[in-house]
Amino acid sequence: MVRAAMRAMRFLTGLAILLVLGAGAFVSYAWHSAIDPIDPPSQASFDRTLVARGADLAAIGNCNVCHTAPGGQPFAGGLGIPTPFGTIYSTNITPDPETGIGRWPEAAFIRSMRKGVDREGRHLYPAFPYDHYTLVSDEDNRALYAFLMTRSAVSAAPPENELPFPFNMRMLLAGWKALYFREGPYQPDTSKTAEWNRGHYLTEGLSHCGACHTPRNRLGAEKKDEYFAGAEVENWTVYPINVNSPAPIPWEADSLTFYLRHGWHEHHGASRGSMAPVTANLGSIPEPDVRAIATYVADVMGRPSQERIARGEAALATVRKESASPLALRASSTGSGIGEAIFLSACQGCHDGRRSVPFGGLNLHLSSAVNAPNAQNIINVTLFGLPAAKGEPSAIMPAYRGVLSQDQLVALLDYMRERFSDQPAWADTRERVAATMNGEREVPIYRMDGTTQAPPETSMRTAPWP
Amino acid sequence: MAVTLTVNGKTQQVDADPETPLLYVLRDDLELNGAKYGCGVGQCGACTVMVDNEAVLSCVTPVLLLEGRRISTVEGLGTMEKPGPMQQAFIEQQAAQCGFCIPGMMMRAQALLQANPTVDEAAVRAHLEPNLCRCGTHMRIVKAVMRAGELMHQSSQSGGST
Ligand code: FES
Ligand code: FES
Repeated sequence: MVRAAMRAMRFLTGLAILLVLGAGAFVSYAWHSAIDPIDPPSQASFDRTLVARGADLAAIGNCNVCHTAPGGQPFAGGLGIPTPFGTIYSTNITPDPETGIGRWPEAAFIRSMRKGVDREGRHLYPAFPYDHYTLVSDEDNRALYAFLMTRSAVSAAPPENELPFPFNMRMLLAGWKALYFREGPYQPDTSKTAEWNRGHYLTEGLSHCGACHTPRNRLGAEKKDEYFAGAEVENWTVYPINVNSPAPIPWEADSLTFYLRHGWHEHHGASRGSMAPVTANLGSIPEPDVRAIATYVADVMGRPSQERIARGEAALATVRKESASPLALRASSTGSGIGEAIFLSACQGCHDGRRSVPFGGLNLHLSSAVNAPNAQNIINVTLFGLPAAKGEPSAIMPAYRGVLSQDQLVALLDYMRERFSDQPAWADTRERVAATMNGEREVPIYRMDGTTQAPPETSMRTAPWP
Repeated sequence: MAVTLTVNGKTQQVDADPETPLLYVLRDDLELNGAKYGCGVGQCGACTVMVDNEAVLSCVTPVLLLEGRRISTVEGLGTMEKPGPMQQAFIEQQAAQCGFCIPGMMMRAQALLQANPTVDEAAVRAHLEPNLCRCGTHMRIVKAVMRAGELMHQSSQSGGST
């Protein structure tokens, strides 16, 4: 009830602000003319090298992830994107003339990326991250256009957005843009290296890392003063990737490059949740671009303090020692009871560090998840597992949803936090466990190849929770 | 140490450490050899049984989690003389090559069909995905599961018990 009232309050405040701004900014931002439709260009009219470059850029931009519905055709749209304001459905960006962008001239595509308006001149919702894409160069936009216009056309109209009044009024977006949108393209920082600039351009532009890694304000804009500070997206905890990164062994450009390309790193574990499709995409592009992104992000994280480096080394030493000594098979009689017993008998067999990631599980002394502000990611992975990638080797983890009760899972999580992190106990584990188990928190499960097992597959349980 | 387990409707005490994987207890102590040891690390599904109507990998499930829960194995689906619908369907379709994966396949499929015997083939395929078959028997397995669904649906229509 309280939550509903708060939501209503938030909604009304948001509404008032938007109305005022919408009126104010109307003149300067609101109006864009339509760009005349064209007859769909033939695929042969596009230069093959341009198309190939566009493919890499589309992978960096993660376009397929939002513009593909679960089980649907790539780029044909229709994925529901939940926002605090309602559900927005991604559009069809295949060259279908009626339901896709087949009649969009190149200029309209470039304008949509740069200014966030569609061919007809209507404002687009920033669920399409044009606050980032505005930085993309004309040259790269031309390659993206060539790539998209040479996909197979799929006739598929996305469902209507489910946005209550007034958020269904696109005119209000002019106000949002006046507040939060700064038009590109990217301007390099001449005091930095070319690689750093390339990384900055990709990270802030196409990769739009901040769309998940930077928390958002009440109106859904990224909080610039909490850059890369972490957030919660689709009921996955998104880690801070600034100085507050929870990784026990500090990230470096090398380890990040490896992780982003392979979807795992021996000192950090496997990518999952909404990060899985990102690493799947980045695995398909030339290494120098991934390295540039890693170089920039590592720079944002900053050089770790001596104290952090020492803690990382200590964690690694503990892992080496543990993997060289015999396993404790039984919970100690003085130990932490059921949580410890579950860990030793169900988790340790893989997570003892004897087989290295990705063939074995991460020793949790190295885990970001146990050091995160809440237990959500471990809850998700424990209940739903990591499904195998389709047709390629990948890390996997069996799901425990069929057997763990709420109490057992809470005890296990408390034990893990206590043993593997020096942070204080989590405060809201029980609520999170309950809400995830009863489906109130709906958790999309992504495979490491980037295909989703979006709901309803996540509720693959056939019986109610015990 | 003794653990109390309810397997195929029978509650019994087993002399085993609480940390022991269910699979070992089933095979070594209860002589229920239907569930198979494939990988032992939750990656193949050969050891699948049901716990309270849900498919569970018994090789990575310690018995300490199972006190008071209902465990069913392939032996609980029927007898030689009177095979249950799942078993009947696998016999009809001759859905086994070496047979090693089959008890696990049956139990995972049973969990699905018990909840809804009329699911479509796509759902069956998706649901069985965690279970591997090294012999390539997949097409027959899917057919058998579809057939089992029919049998279970028929008998629920005619008021019979499954
Ligand atoms: S033996 Fe249990 S999953 Fe392979
Ligand atoms: S029949 Fe041999 S493993 Fe499936």
